[in-house]
Amino acid sequence: MIEIAVWIGGVMLALASIACLWRVFKGPSILDRVLALDVMLLIISSALCLDMALNRHTDYLLFTVVACTLGFIGSVTVSRFVSDQRNA
Amino acid sequence: MDTFLEALAALLLVLGSLMSLIAGIGLITFPDLLSRMHAATKPQVLGFLLLFAGLIIHLRSWGLIPVFALAWGLQLLTAPVSAHMIGRAGYRTKHVAKETLHVDELKQVISNHSQTTGTTAAVPPAKPAQNDEPEST
Repeated sequence: MIEIAVWIGGVMLALASIACLWRVFKGPSILDRVLALDVMLLIISSALCLDMALNRHTDYLLFTVVACTLGFIGSVTVSRFVSDQRNA
Repeated sequence: MDTFLEALAALLLVLGSLMSLIAGIGLITFPDLLSRMHAATKPQVLGFLLLFAGLIIHLRSWGLIPVFALAWGLQLLTAPVSAHMIGRAGYRTKHVAKETLHVDELKQVISNHSQTTGTTAAVPPAKPAQNDEPEST
Protein backbone atom coordinates (compact mmCIF):
# COMPACT_ATOMS: atom_id res chain seq x y z
CA MET A 1 0.00 0.00 0.00
CA ILE A 2 2.81 2.40 0.85
CA GLU A 3 4.40 1.74 -2.56
CA ILE A 4 1.27 2.97 -4.34
CA ALA A 5 1.12 6.05 -2.13
CA VAL A 6 4.77 6.85 -2.76
CA TRP A 7 4.27 6.45 -6.51
CA ILE A 8 1.25 8.77 -6.55
CA GLY A 9 3.01 11.29 -4.32
CA GLY A 10 6.18 11.11 -6.39
CA VAL A 11 4.30 11.89 -9.60
CA MET A 12 2.62 14.85 -7.86
CA LEU A 13 5.97 16.14 -6.60
CA ALA A 14 7.50 15.79 -10.07
CA LEU A 15 4.68 17.82 -11.63
CA ALA A 16 5.00 20.43 -8.87
CA SER A 17 8.75 20.75 -9.38
CA ILE A 18 8.23 21.20 -13.13
CA ALA A 19 5.75 23.98 -12.35
CA CYS A 20 8.25 25.63 -9.99
CA LEU A 21 11.02 25.43 -12.57
CA TRP A 22 8.70 27.01 -15.14
CA ARG A 23 8.02 29.87 -12.75
CA VAL A 24 11.76 30.27 -12.07
CA PHE A 25 12.37 30.41 -15.82
CA LYS A 26 9.44 32.69 -16.60
CA GLY A 27 9.03 34.76 -13.43
CA PRO A 28 8.96 38.49 -14.18
CA SER A 29 10.81 39.53 -11.01
CA ILE A 30 13.50 38.05 -8.80
CA LEU A 31 10.95 37.81 -5.99
CA ASP A 32 8.83 35.38 -8.00
CA ARG A 33 11.94 33.31 -8.62
CA VAL A 34 12.98 33.20 -4.98
CA LEU A 35 9.44 32.22 -4.01
CA ALA A 36 9.44 29.38 -6.54
CA LEU A 37 12.84 28.20 -5.33
CA ASP A 38 11.55 28.22 -1.75
CA VAL A 39 8.74 25.89 -2.83
CA MET A 40 11.32 23.81 -4.71
CA LEU A 41 13.32 23.26 -1.52
CA LEU A 42 10.16 22.10 0.24
CA ILE A 43 9.43 19.72 -2.63
CA ILE A 44 12.92 18.25 -2.21
CA SER A 45 12.40 17.66 1.51
CA SER A 46 8.96 16.18 0.76
CA ALA A 47 10.60 13.76 -1.68
CA LEU A 48 13.11 12.80 1.02
CA CYS A 49 10.19 12.14 3.39
CA LEU A 50 8.62 9.85 0.78
CA ASP A 51 11.94 8.03 0.36
CA MET A 52 12.30 7.58 4.12
CA ALA A 53 8.78 6.14 4.26
CA LEU A 54 9.40 3.77 1.35
CA ASN A 55 12.78 2.42 2.48
CA ARG A 56 12.02 2.57 6.22
CA HIS A 57 15.00 4.62 7.41
CA THR A 58 15.53 8.05 8.99
CA ASP A 59 18.83 9.10 7.44
CA TYR A 60 17.53 12.28 5.81
CA LEU A 61 15.67 13.53 8.84
CA LEU A 62 18.26 16.17 9.66
CA PHE A 63 18.17 17.60 6.15
CA THR A 64 14.45 18.28 6.37
CA VAL A 65 15.05 20.23 9.60
CA VAL A 66 17.93 22.17 8.06
CA ALA A 67 15.99 22.87 4.85
CA CYS A 68 13.40 24.89 6.79
CA THR A 69 16.09 27.24 8.09
CA LEU A 70 17.92 27.37 4.75
CA GLY A 71 14.83 28.45 2.83
CA PHE A 72 14.13 31.15 5.39
CA ILE A 73 17.65 32.58 5.26
CA GLY A 74 17.69 32.50 1.46
CA SER A 75 14.43 34.33 0.90
CA VAL A 76 15.12 36.96 3.58
CA THR A 77 18.58 37.66 2.16
CA VAL A 78 17.32 38.06 -1.40
CA SER A 79 14.47 40.31 -0.23
CA ARG A 80 16.89 42.60 1.58
CA PHE A 81 19.10 42.69 -1.49
CA VAL A 82 16.17 43.73 -3.67
CA SER A 83 15.17 46.50 -1.26
CA ASP A 84 18.69 47.92 -1.01
CA GLN A 85 19.17 47.75 -4.74
CA ARG A 86 16.32 50.22 -5.25
CA ASN A 87 17.45 52.68 -2.59
CA ALA A 88 21.03 52.80 -3.85
CA MET B 1 -5.37 -1.87 13.45
CA ASP B 2 -2.14 -2.39 11.56
CA THR B 3 -3.88 -2.18 8.20
CA PHE B 4 -5.69 0.93 9.36
CA LEU B 5 -2.44 2.65 10.35
CA GLU B 6 -0.85 1.68 7.03
CA ALA B 7 -3.80 3.11 5.12
CA LEU B 8 -3.71 6.27 7.23
CA ALA B 9 0.02 6.74 6.59
CA ALA B 10 -0.45 6.23 2.85
CA LEU B 11 -3.33 8.71 2.79
CA LEU B 12 -1.32 11.32 4.71
CA LEU B 13 1.67 10.95 2.38
CA VAL B 14 -0.52 11.39 -0.70
CA LEU B 15 -2.27 14.43 0.80
CA GLY B 16 1.06 16.01 1.76
CA SER B 17 2.34 15.60 -1.78
CA LEU B 18 -0.93 17.01 -3.08
CA MET B 19 -0.19 20.24 -1.20
CA SER B 20 3.05 20.62 -3.17
CA LEU B 21 1.17 19.99 -6.41
CA ILE B 22 -1.39 22.66 -5.46
CA ALA B 23 1.45 25.11 -4.79
CA GLY B 24 2.97 24.34 -8.19
CA ILE B 25 -0.34 24.86 -9.99
CA GLY B 26 -0.87 28.09 -8.07
CA LEU B 27 2.61 29.32 -8.98
CA ILE B 28 1.82 28.79 -12.65
CA THR B 29 -1.71 30.12 -12.85
CA PHE B 30 -1.93 33.01 -10.39
CA PRO B 31 -1.39 36.44 -11.92
CA ASP B 32 0.80 38.41 -9.50
CA LEU B 33 3.28 38.11 -6.65
CA LEU B 34 0.92 38.34 -3.70
CA SER B 35 -1.46 35.63 -4.91
CA ARG B 36 1.52 33.41 -5.74
CA MET B 37 2.74 33.89 -2.18
CA HIS B 38 -0.66 32.70 -0.99
CA ALA B 39 -0.29 29.51 -3.03
CA ALA B 40 3.32 28.93 -1.98
CA THR B 41 2.53 28.71 1.72
CA LYS B 42 0.43 25.56 1.31
CA PRO B 43 3.29 23.01 1.43
CA GLN B 44 5.23 25.04 3.99
CA VAL B 45 2.90 24.35 6.90
CA LEU B 46 0.12 21.90 6.06
CA GLY B 47 2.02 19.76 3.55
CA PHE B 48 4.97 19.44 5.92
CA LEU B 49 2.65 18.46 8.78
CA LEU B 50 0.87 15.81 6.70
CA LEU B 51 4.08 14.32 5.29
CA PHE B 52 5.80 14.06 8.66
CA ALA B 53 2.70 12.64 10.32
CA GLY B 54 2.48 10.02 7.58
CA LEU B 55 6.17 9.19 7.98
CA ILE B 56 5.95 8.84 11.77
CA ILE B 57 2.84 6.67 11.56
CA HIS B 58 4.38 4.50 8.88
CA LEU B 59 7.65 3.94 10.76
CA ARG B 60 5.82 3.66 14.15
CA SER B 61 8.77 5.55 15.68
CA TRP B 62 7.16 7.92 18.16
CA GLY B 63 10.61 9.17 19.24
CA LEU B 64 10.69 11.24 16.06
CA ILE B 65 7.89 13.48 17.33
CA PRO B 66 10.23 15.95 19.15
CA VAL B 67 12.39 16.33 16.04
CA PHE B 68 9.26 16.88 13.99
CA ALA B 69 7.96 19.41 16.51
CA LEU B 70 11.25 21.32 16.29
CA ALA B 71 11.17 21.37 12.49
CA TRP B 72 7.51 22.34 12.31
CA GLY B 73 7.94 25.04 14.95
CA LEU B 74 10.88 26.50 12.99
CA GLN B 75 8.72 26.45 9.88
CA LEU B 76 5.83 28.16 11.66
CA LEU B 77 8.15 30.85 13.02
CA THR B 78 10.11 31.54 9.85
CA ALA B 79 7.44 31.30 7.12
CA PRO B 80 5.61 34.53 8.14
CA VAL B 81 8.90 36.44 8.41
CA SER B 82 10.09 35.47 4.95
CA ALA B 83 6.63 36.12 3.48
CA HIS B 84 6.63 39.56 5.10
CA MET B 85 10.09 40.35 3.70
CA ILE B 86 9.14 39.22 0.19
CA GLY B 87 5.89 41.18 0.26
CA ARG B 88 7.61 44.30 1.58
CA ALA B 89 10.34 44.15 -1.06
CA GLY B 90 7.70 43.57 -3.75
CA TYR B 91 5.64 46.56 -2.59
CA ARG B 92 8.65 48.83 -2.55
CA THR B 93 10.00 47.80 -5.93
CA LYS B 94 6.64 48.04 -7.75
CA HIS B 95 6.51 44.30 -8.41
CA VAL B 96 3.09 44.14 -6.77
CA ALA B 97 0.41 45.00 -9.34
CA LYS B 98 -1.46 47.63 -7.33
CA GLU B 99 -4.45 47.79 -9.68
CA THR B 100 -5.39 44.21 -8.82
CA LEU B 101 -5.73 45.03 -5.11
CA HIS B 102 -9.20 45.71 -3.73
CA VAL B 103 -7.98 47.38 -0.52
CA ASP B 104 -4.51 48.89 -0.13
CA GLU B 105 -4.23 49.78 3.55
CA LEU B 106 -0.50 50.45 3.37
CA LYS B 107 -1.03 53.21 0.82
CA GLN B 108 -3.27 55.06 3.25
CA VAL B 109 -0.73 54.64 6.06
CA ILE B 110 2.16 55.90 3.94
CA SER B 111 0.11 58.83 2.68
CA ASN B 112 -0.87 59.86 6.22
CA HIS B 113 2.71 59.50 7.40
CA SER B 114 4.21 61.63 4.68
CA GLN B 115 1.52 64.32 5.19
CA THR B 116 2.24 64.62 8.92
CA THR B 117 6.04 64.43 8.79
CA GLY B 118 6.63 66.05 5.42
CA THR B 119 9.18 63.40 4.49
CA THR B 120 8.99 61.27 1.40
CA ALA B 121 8.52 57.60 2.09
CA ALA B 122 9.98 54.78 0.03
CA VAL B 123 6.74 54.68 -1.96
CA PRO B 124 5.52 58.08 -3.22
CA PRO B 125 2.28 59.21 -1.51
CA ALA B 126 -0.96 58.57 -3.31
CA LYS B 127 -3.08 61.37 -4.68
CA PRO B 128 -6.21 61.85 -2.57
CA ALA B 129 -8.43 61.87 -5.69
CA GLN B 130 -7.53 58.25 -6.42
CA ASN B 131 -8.69 57.15 -3.01
CA ASP B 132 -12.16 55.95 -3.92
CA GLU B 133 -12.23 53.16 -1.32
CA PRO B 134 -14.48 54.11 1.59
CA GLU B 135 -12.28 53.94 4.65
CA SER B 136 -13.99 53.27 7.96
CA THR B 137 -11.31 54.86 10.14
